[in-house]
Amino acid sequence: MSTEPKDTTYRDAINQALREEMLRDESVFLMGEDIGHFEGAFKVTKGLLAEFGEARVVDTPITEAGFTGLGIGAAMAGLRPVIEIMTVNFALVAMDQIVSNASKIHYMFGGQVSVPMVIRMPGGAGHQLSAQHSHSLDAMFAHVPGLKVAVPATPEDAKGLLKTAIRDDDPVIVLESEGLYGKKGPVGGEDHLIPFGQAVVRRPGRDCTIVAHSRMVWVALAAAEQLAAQGVEAEVIDPRTFRPLDLDTLAESVRRTSRAVVVDEGWPECGIAAGVAAHLYEACFDWLDAPIGRVNSADVPMPYAKNLEQAAIPQPDDVVRAVLATMAREVTR
Amino acid sequence: MSPSPPPVPPPDEMREIFRTMTLIRRFEERASEEYMAGRIGGFLHLAIGEEAAIVGTVSALRPDDPLTSTYREHGQALARGSDPRAIMAELLGRSTGICGGRGGSMHLMDVGRAFYGGYGIVGGAVPLALGLAWAARYREADQVSVTMFGEGAANQGVVSECFNMAGLWDLPIVFLILNNQYGMGTPVERAAAVEDFYPRAAAYDIESWKVDGMDVLAVRAALSEAARLAREERRPACVELLAYRYRGHSMSDPDTVRAAEEKERWKARDPLVTFERVLLGEGIMDADAIAAMQAEVDGVVDDATTFARESAEVPVAELADGVYAQPWNDDPRGSALVRP
Ligand SMILES: Cc1ncc(C[n+]2csc(CCOP(=O)(O)OP(=O)(O)O)c2C)c(N)n1
Ligand SMILES: [Mg+2]
Repeated sequence: MSTEPKDTTYRDAINQALREEMLRDESVFLMGEDIGHFEGAFKVTKGLLAEFGEARVVDTPITEAGFTGLGIGAAMAGLRPVIEIMTVNFALVAMDQIVSNASKIHYMFGGQVSVPMVIRMPGGAGHQLSAQHSHSLDAMFAHVPGLKVAVPATPEDAKGLLKTAIRDDDPVIVLESEGLYGKKGPVGGEDHLIPFGQAVVRRPGRDCTIVAHSRMVWVALAAAEQLAAQGVEAEVIDPRTFRPLDLDTLAESVRRTSRAVVVDEGWPECGIAAGVAAHLYEACFDWLDAPIGRVNSADVPMPYAKNLEQAAIPQPDDVVRAVLATMAREVTR
Repeated sequence: MSPSPPPVPPPDEMREIFRTMTLIRRFEERASEEYMAGRIGGFLHLAIGEEAAIVGTVSALRPDDPLTSTYREHGQALARGSDPRAIMAELLGRSTGICGGRGGSMHLMDVGRAFYGGYGIVGGAVPLALGLAWAARYREADQVSVTMFGEGAANQGVVSECFNMAGLWDLPIVFLILNNQYGMGTPVERAAAVEDFYPRAAAYDIESWKVDGMDVLAVRAALSEAARLAREERRPACVELLAYRYRGHSMSDPDTVRAAEEKERWKARDPLVTFERVLLGEGIMDADAIAAMQAEVDGVVDDATTFARESAEVPVAELADGVYAQPWNDDPRGSALVRP
């Protein structure tokens, strides 16, 4: 499964991370619905059953709470399960296992056992899957102490963050994006791990800081292009993980630009953008020239009709408008 | 019902079983006093009346067989040999507690003794036990994972999910349904379509049966057979124990729902009293030996209580310790989610 480093898809990058870590460490195994013979609903696990066999690439019944809990128990015994939940939408039935067990066990039992597991799943909207299949629930996971949360935007990060997650001793939620699986880019080699808690500047700029993660990085970059054409240089920063959150890099940027917009595909109320904005207010209040802008999905269950769906999810134009608002400017064309 | 009963344990073991049952009873009676005195907070669920189910189970297992339980688990920890001092200190929320005061009564754990914990979400620990069984098989080890849960928990969907996976993958697990006939104030007949629970496991091709949970030797025999199936034949098993708890659901339950006549009927079958009769009848212990054992146990409980009361509180500076196995911020006041 080797592709040219330059044009590896996000999907194949994840596949490489899984394969390399399984070769490196026998305690790593994969479990999830249709990941083996069917090779994954998004074909992320292509070829892995053939290479590693049924003991390590395990097709499960449709039983998310059960096999997520199984993974937690196996991790307590020292294995390193990588659980695939087909999409984040189905994680809701496993939420008790994630919140009541995975995140609590190390602390609640006084550090006697850790839970070195990964739960990876894609989310996001944009394919007209309507209300029950379009969630971005990043905030629900980021809310919970005891979890670590990684949100890769590029193939390089998808690979490097997942490798770090597999080697981490805590439960890590890796939130992939359905809309990014085909995205191509360079990836690192076997030893390229991306540490948690290190944001990256995707595009430097001096006028306004845009914080965006996962697929929204690409929306923000498109917006930054449009803004540049109007003479506004936006800086796009991708936190890459929410637990831990690299507030230093975000705050340093905002102190320089004095303006910030946070873009998040989730809902606005008590969401990721709200949380990041609160951190930035606390860290940068004296430097801010304008209220921090937020761009979220509309506060509605995701509609099916294409025009409504597109209106509901953050678009580059929404980001452009929010950035210009921090500069007391309106969109000009 | 249980296949042919294995031989009665040797006298030493009989005495040890009785001592452990007595220790659990006396320990929990003391815990209830400490609760009434305000030194134990939160929920305190006593298993008084269920000692045969607990000790019969643990005595049939190997010490390295992973055991998981519910919030009603002081007895499981004691039966596994955990230090009564550390357990009482945990109940009092002290730094010397078995989980450093982070867990309390509902969340004891002693990993060194393969006791993988007490859990508070009804039914929620059953998949963890499945994972422990999975890990044993993955490593080609011969441990058997045993998980104890109530008949109320048996109604949770995730338990059926686990029956299915255990049956599907032949995992070395024993599901132990401790049917004390009530989930809080709800009797079985108002909660379950069918009063027996073990046939649910049978529906997933899991060998299962029901035994008298007030008889420690019957429990022990059933668990020996269940563990043998899981260990030697690598097949899951399920045992339903019919039992009764003598106290309310927790200390805050005045226990007014259950009829006095019913309670008396089950108290007449007190597992400690009936087992004492067996020991006396078989000449394994005499009245003096029993009195001496009880005095010794009371001493252990006294000592544990004194130790717990005199132990230091957990320093607040350690509030955020242990949220992560690989932490990045020790500031107890700050959010653990921000890098310093
Ligand atoms: C998911 C969930 N729902 C409700 C509760 C509240 N609750 C705690 S114990 C209990 C009764 C459980 O009964 P059973 O499983 O028979 O165990 P027992 O207490 O009889 O040992 C309930 C309803 C809970 N802890 N978790
Ligand atoms: Mg019950």
